[in-house]
Amino acid sequence: MKRLRGALLGIAGIVLLGVLWEGYKALAPAIGVKIGAITVLPRTSDAAMPHLATMLQRALDPVTAAAGSPPLWTAVLQASLFTVSIAAVSWVVGVIVGFLIATLMQRFRTAESALLPWVVLSQTVPLIALAPLVKRWGSLVHFGAFDWQDWMSVALIASYLAFFPVSIGALRGFASPEPAHLDLMRAYGVGWWRTYLRLRVPASVPYLVPALRLAAANAVIGTVVAEVSIGLSGGVGRMIIEFAQTGSSDPAKQWAPIFGAVLVGLVAAGAVALLGLALHKYRRNEVTA
Amino acid sequence: MKHSSRIRLGLGALGISAALVLSGCASGGGTSASSSADSGKLTPITLQLQWVAQAQFAGYYAAVAQGFYKKEGLDVTIKEAGTTTVPIDALAAGDADYAISWVPKVLGSIEQGTNVTDVAQIFERSGTTQISFKDKNITTAADLKGKTVGSWGYGNQWELFAGMQKAGIDTTSGIKLVQQAFDMNGFLAGDIGAAQAMTYNEYAQVLETVNPKTGALYQPSDLNVINWNHEGTAMLQDAIWANADKLASDKTYAANTTKFIKASIEGWIYARDNPEKAAGIVTAAGSTLGTSHQLWMTNEVNKLIWPSTGGIGVIQKKAWDQTVKIAKSTKDDTGSTILTQDPPSTAYSNKYVDAALKELKAEKVDVLGASFAPLTVTLKEGGK
Repeated sequence: MKRLRGALLGIAGIVLLGVLWEGYKALAPAIGVKIGAITVLPRTSDAAMPHLATMLQRALDPVTAAAGSPPLWTAVLQASLFTVSIAAVSWVVGVIVGFLIATLMQRFRTAESALLPWVVLSQTVPLIALAPLVKRWGSLVHFGAFDWQDWMSVALIASYLAFFPVSIGALRGFASPEPAHLDLMRAYGVGWWRTYLRLRVPASVPYLVPALRLAAANAVIGTVVAEVSIGLSGGVGRMIIEFAQTGSSDPAKQWAPIFGAVLVGLVAAGAVALLGLALHKYRRNEVTA
Repeated sequence: MKHSSRIRLGLGALGISAALVLSGCASGGGTSASSSADSGKLTPITLQLQWVAQAQFAGYYAAVAQGFYKKEGLDVTIKEAGTTTVPIDALAAGDADYAISWVPKVLGSIEQGTNVTDVAQIFERSGTTQISFKDKNITTAADLKGKTVGSWGYGNQWELFAGMQKAGIDTTSGIKLVQQAFDMNGFLAGDIGAAQAMTYNEYAQVLETVNPKTGALYQPSDLNVINWNHEGTAMLQDAIWANADKLASDKTYAANTTKFIKASIEGWIYARDNPEKAAGIVTAAGSTLGTSHQLWMTNEVNKLIWPSTGGIGVIQKKAWDQTVKIAKSTKDDTGSTILTQDPPSTAYSNKYVDAALKELKAEKVDVLGASFAPLTVTLKEGGK
């Protein structure tokens, strides 16, 4: 019953968004709302805000008029699969790295003092400045038969965004056991390693789950932006800039990959939610990140 | 009971992620390891474009598809660019063997110490224009005074600024500069009085859009076009760039450069003689541009090359000097110029293109295209 209600509310939210879109388009003037020379509310012309039906119709039409061109929605779906795969790789890498860094910082006070400022600073480096560098370094990597591929650069950049919430969340989680529990462990004469495995890691779960969710969102954003930046073909990011070129003459086309990106985000969030369900045993008092 | 079902859920989630990870590896590997299958004795060569696959690069795609590179013993992989890719950096870093870039975008890098050489000037003419609706009455650079002028920036603005400054406009106070996006919505909505447009791309985008007043597509007669070739501030655009250090030190690379240029030129000649097929090749290579737009682009790009004054790819000293002169004297909105002094003599060389043209002429190939007649392409709504 509760689940049905949730699903209904979810659908109602989507419908409401659609109604808002079409309602605003119908009511607001085509040139938008201006105060002085500044446009405060967007234009509602067909180029700026195509009808939902137009977007849907465009998604069913082929990508181009060339022979054998697939319908737009299948092309977008394929691109979304490509993007979500890279995002998954980057999420896994980010989670592992973030967890290891947090462990290191928990184990050695010096490591925490030395690393934590850098972990925070790392997120202030703009992604677009990083992308060309990562791609170039990647092109210099060859181990025997292994050659660095461009998709790995994208995954690496996205994991750079994904590791951050995990390292911070896990570090806070590792420090969360009550002093009495830690004292008990000490009284039993248990070493750091077992205290870590038996007490600190389980205690970190309530902090970790929201961090994993943030990491998933970061991984998706990072993947899409890095695709745009590097120009990796195959994913929704590249598709968005490619279709932007026909933004005036075929405005509905570029909305399809945008919906693709939303879909990628939903899949990523769903996968993490499933993971959270499995860890439910440890989630006594959830904190919001 | 409850726990085990949750664990199963969790395992399912892990399974999904693992599958995604694996498929990511598989599909990622598949896209870039394409053309190395039958490369027995072929030399692998990487060409870095300055944008994504589109007919602007039709000649190179045609040379791959028609086997012109293979004939020269080269296995060419074409790399597309993203929004932050600088082709010359990829070339200098050894990420690519050759790169396509506009000359003014490279001159600055050369002055900062990047050692690259323009070895073939594929586009002889500039494709950059400034377009406006007829009622604005903007027909020359001088008419831009006091108008809202669109520009993409990022090295695409120099011809526009040179043109306005030549016409005596103070480009800091005499115009209102507007940052232009990829699409032409700002122009169509009237936010931009005169917008930057490539003949082969944005100009066509406008002509593919329905004019709400007439219900039909916009017509060339609705627009005024300022062509920088006519205004005398055109700069050289798409050229093939090579690594100057390697040209000097590596004999094989130098020899391959001639081969690469020769095959590329053959590709461009194919695009000249078979524009429809060339447009199809680019679409097959992954471009998502509409069919009529792609053909329009092929045709317009052909006009920038053909007819060729001294043979396709030859760097005309007069055009080069004009580009350098503008690069030294024109200040953009930030007050800076591209160059503070003349570029080194290694900045361009006709040695390799001359050798390539000599071979082609011996094979009785028409490298001038004196009788070139462009198509009349009919654009459809949305470029479809």
